[in-house]
Amino acid sequence: MKVLSIALNTFRENLRDKLLYNLLVFALLMIGSSVVLSRLTLGEFHRLILDVGLGSINFFGVLIAIFVGIGLVSKEIEKKTIYTIVSKPVARYQFLLGKFAGLTITLFINTVVMALGLLVVLYAQGVPVEGMLFKALALIFVEFMVITALALLFSTFTSATLSAIFTLALYVIGHLTADLKVFGAKMDDLSRGILDGIYYLLPNLERFNLKGHVVHHLEVSGVDLMLIVAYGATYTAVLLFTASLIFHRRDFR
Amino acid sequence: MMPNSDLVVQTEQLSKVFRVGFWGKKVTAVGGVNLEVRPGEVFGFLGPNGAGKTTTLKILMGLIYPTSGKAWLFGRELGDPQTKSRLGFLPESPYFYDYLTSREFLGFYGHLFGLWGTALDKRVDELLELVGMTHAKDLQLRKFSKGMLQRVGVAQALINDPELVVLDEPMSGLDPIGRKEVRDLILRLKESGKTVLFSSHILHDAEVLCDRVAMILKGRLVACGKVTDLLEQGANHQVELVVDRLTPEGLDHLRPLIDKVVTQGDRMLIVLKSQQQVGGALEILRAAKARLVSLNPQKGSLEDLFIREVSGHRSSSERRAA
Repeated sequence: MKVLSIALNTFRENLRDKLLYNLLVFALLMIGSSVVLSRLTLGEFHRLILDVGLGSINFFGVLIAIFVGIGLVSKEIEKKTIYTIVSKPVARYQFLLGKFAGLTITLFINTVVMALGLLVVLYAQGVPVEGMLFKALALIFVEFMVITALALLFSTFTSATLSAIFTLALYVIGHLTADLKVFGAKMDDLSRGILDGIYYLLPNLERFNLKGHVVHHLEVSGVDLMLIVAYGATYTAVLLFTASLIFHRRDFR
Repeated sequence: MMPNSDLVVQTEQLSKVFRVGFWGKKVTAVGGVNLEVRPGEVFGFLGPNGAGKTTTLKILMGLIYPTSGKAWLFGRELGDPQTKSRLGFLPESPYFYDYLTSREFLGFYGHLFGLWGTALDKRVDELLELVGMTHAKDLQLRKFSKGMLQRVGVAQALINDPELVVLDEPMSGLDPIGRKEVRDLILRLKESGKTVLFSSHILHDAEVLCDRVAMILKGRLVACGKVTDLLEQGANHQVELVVDRLTPEGLDHLRPLIDKVVTQGDRMLIVLKSQQQVGGALEILRAAKARLVSLNPQKGSLEDLFIREVSGHRSSSERRAA
């Protein structure tokens, strides 16, 4: 119940945050502009709309997750509002979970709004909508949760600016980790071991990217989809657990 | 030392050392503080800025972990979730969720104590009434003045009807009216049987409100006790006379009894060395046909005591340095 009330309060805070609306407007503009861009290509304009549309949803969602996510905890500490919560019978992990859940609700609604924008564009342009699109959207949302948990983890022990930089860096790296495997395969055992270790430690965000599948009409089996979701959920849970451990020992000066 | 369950707050050699800067230099914010707050009293925790008041309160509230020493609330160790439901805390100049209205704001804190529905609405209305904010219940906190914020802050601390109310610098930054309102509120809390622990660097407030006070300086307690006892210690037992039309000869007679004279036209302010001199002085004045305007025994103030402690501390540390 305490987690829920903190989540709802966080959600309300997000709703009254102008940053969120700015990002949302830009996302919708980008999705809309895919129509114009598609006119510049020869043939294949369906693909371009889908690619740019899903790409925009992903990009702006990640921006919201990072820039709202880093403020979740640091703003509370800076404004001393956390003092009034931690001094009440609320465990620190409950506070973190509430904050995380609140932003998750916000991101879910955002994803739905952006997806509706994309569907409107697709419908207007007569692009057929396949089930794969919804699977791709679902995994984009799972990626948002991983990113939010990352931002939250960093913000439990460092400043908002550094958290943003670290999270953005990990977002980029997370989409390139497959290269580590490729590099490792060409190296000696020790280097390969180290690179493999890093590979498994870092989030493999490319797993959540089904844009190619949507554009090229490829299928992903139900089992694979479940495994990817399970991977995202586990990774998020581990991040939140680590964040709670750090947060538990922290002094609020 | 064993925890005493009759005490509301008890600390034993409570210390906090912070590490600051790149090299992690150690700075002692609180060094071995022993405090006892009894049920039903208003306890003032006094000291200049940066003396360690807020750090001590934060340790008690579970926001900072002590480096060493122990503390108990209601006879239970810190961190016991049960004690937190018996506390209310108002941090120093907090910036509350300014996107909320006061009703939503108090509602949110009510939820954290499992209050929902009509029970919550009733409690929120009561509190807004208590702190005199009923007129602003649907106004967003961003539109509040500092005094209004402080009042809903106090309301927030009282949402669970706590036995112990801890206020960190509740009067700082408020205008005289705001300060009086907070003072009245503290007295009302005491009347309703609550224990109030508040920190302040405004000594006058403490003098008026507190049953007992503790003074902290550079992380260490320098004085602790009943306000009346401390005032007695702080008193210098001098007597101030205001006299009209005292002749120079009369003044010469009076000289041996006087510590200080200030002349303003016909009127003189005379400070006698001690209360024993009053009888002699009055006789001389009568003989000199001067008119006595007023006679005031000097009452010590916490401020006098405080300034003495601070300067004593400085000179002793200067001696050590030399």
